[in-house]
Amino acid sequence: MMPVNPAAEDEDSARPATGTTRTSNMRLSIGPIQYFWPRERVEKFYEGLAKHSPLVIYLGETVCSKRRELDRDAWIALARMLADHGHEVIVSTLSLIEAGSELGACRRTVENGEFTIEANDMSAVQFLLERKLPFVAGPGINLYNHLAIDYLRRNGMFRLSLPVELGRKHLEAVREHAREAGMQLPEIEIHAWGRLPLAWSARCFTARAVGRGKDQCRFECIHHPEGQHVSTREGEDFLNLNGVQVQSAAVQDLSARADELAAAGVDILRLYPQAEGLDTVIQRFESALAGHPIQAAEGSVDGYWLGAVGMEAGLRPSTLP
Amino acid sequence: MKLVCPAGSLPALFEAVDNGADAVYLGFRDTTNARAFPGLNFSPRDLARGLKHARAAGCEIFLALNTYPTCRKLGQAFDAVDRASDLGADALIVAEISVLEYAANNYPDLRRHLSVQGSATTPAALDFYKQQFGISRAVLPRVLALQQVEHLAATAPVELEVFAFGSLCIMVEGRCQLSSYATGKSPNCDGVCSPPEYVSWSESAEGRSVRLNGLLIDRFEADERAGYPTVCKGRYRVDGRLMHALEEPVSLNTLDLLPRLTACGVTAVKIEGRQRSPAYVGAVTRIWRQAIDRLASGRQPAVDPQWHKTLSGLSEGSQVTLGPYQRAWQ
Repeated sequence: MMPVNPAAEDEDSARPATGTTRTSNMRLSIGPIQYFWPRERVEKFYEGLAKHSPLVIYLGETVCSKRRELDRDAWIALARMLADHGHEVIVSTLSLIEAGSELGACRRTVENGEFTIEANDMSAVQFLLERKLPFVAGPGINLYNHLAIDYLRRNGMFRLSLPVELGRKHLEAVREHAREAGMQLPEIEIHAWGRLPLAWSARCFTARAVGRGKDQCRFECIHHPEGQHVSTREGEDFLNLNGVQVQSAAVQDLSARADELAAAGVDILRLYPQAEGLDTVIQRFESALAGHPIQAAEGSVDGYWLGAVGMEAGLRPSTLP
Repeated sequence: MKLVCPAGSLPALFEAVDNGADAVYLGFRDTTNARAFPGLNFSPRDLARGLKHARAAGCEIFLALNTYPTCRKLGQAFDAVDRASDLGADALIVAEISVLEYAANNYPDLRRHLSVQGSATTPAALDFYKQQFGISRAVLPRVLALQQVEHLAATAPVELEVFAFGSLCIMVEGRCQLSSYATGKSPNCDGVCSPPEYVSWSESAEGRSVRLNGLLIDRFEADERAGYPTVCKGRYRVDGRLMHALEEPVSLNTLDLLPRLTACGVTAVKIEGRQRSPAYVGAVTRIWRQAIDRLASGRQPAVDPQWHKTLSGLSEGSQVTLGPYQRAWQ
């Protein structure tokens, strides 16, 4: 499918203008690559990112343990290269662990001894607690209120990537309740750009789409660098198949809401890798953080942030001249 | 092997108890549980009556408190824990950290089961919930193959309960946002999936269309059986081809796996269906009771072919599957 081109219609807004001031201390992060790309593509992607001004970069295979274009040593080598360039590098664990071999791999990742971990299921959380290591809770860890957040914070969680269905009002409520209870919150990260991870299954939907089972997948997903598009029978964009993960077809784009995000106390905006054009996306968000008005990308959604239906797009602020 | 059966109403509870359930699980009439549908679930008064009936038959009552309360709903969730304890429930089925912590701190003697919504699939994840909150049992998400269930049963630090029969969630429970993406209402926050108030049916020359919040989930010809528009059971176009991209409208039936589930040490099998009728609950409970008793007696055949026929007739779309327990399904 076609990569999303975020800047097709607002090149002007992406160019920093003089006289604006940075309104927040929010930082940008790059989420783990969700798709199965050939090794050269992955390495090229991170070589490109390396030269960028400092980012938080999450990496590692989070979707399917059969995807082994890069083994753990190769991921760690990439992590070192990025850290040497001044980035904050975090290694992410698999989101759904079924086999004993996958659990062993998760444990060895936690024990890498060098890089901080993003835990994407409670198995990883347990391994981290046993070793008293600090960690980031990924979007798959269900923390829906200030008490649960505080529980894991007391056990080493220093950053939380919010569950995707939670938005602004929710975050404000968490802040308010935490303040009243005298609780300190961890850093808060939010899904600011990319297709939303909506569901996980034992089944590989990409293999199913070509009439195969997961055990006979023949790595069909390597032919779909941004997954497979699912629309309704009327042609309405709906979902995106990515192996055992189901994503939204639409990109969630919160770039136009930088002020709201800062006001709600978001610390980090997470941008998910896509096959082409992530540079432009990063520029777009840097521009937003610098205080420039941005219009949301065409076809993008932000319903979850508004506390509404996830696939809806809110009223766009008409801030462009 | 223990048989855990659903009840969405007092008559359903009577059916489950009278047909041989070892335990009945149910929820309060609010959004503290994952079947928060209109007209379903228990008032404290109903629960007291149900408990009395169950006690007399030696049947246990498990209270499902398995949504993920947001800050504003924490009071309601903790209140539900208090009520469950006051009324004398035998166990709580809980998914969320703060509810587990509250129950463990305030009612240490009230058994805590990790809900399927807690998404725990490994010994390490079970260790977490046992060490932190003292859970004694966990309900497994419907993602593990039978062999993986057997491996887990051999090392799990707590009792295991697995889904045996009923509607089939094909996504990891507790980690599915398909409903909230389409309707804004989610299993985690609201205790509902693809809720009925968002469903609309219409007839046209093209067939019978069913929509969820306006989104076309499927369209049926006159001779096709029309199913409920759960997002994961819809027909969509994948790269232009029309198909059940995620799953067909089928139900789970693991009757044939009962011997292996029993042999590997799984503690309990769970029947899905708190939204189903008392008659349904009674019929399904009766067959599974017979199957468990037959297996324990060693009589052959272990599975009566008539049981399959009856269960298939009760299933969504009349089609059944072994689901993820069988690797070919995956």
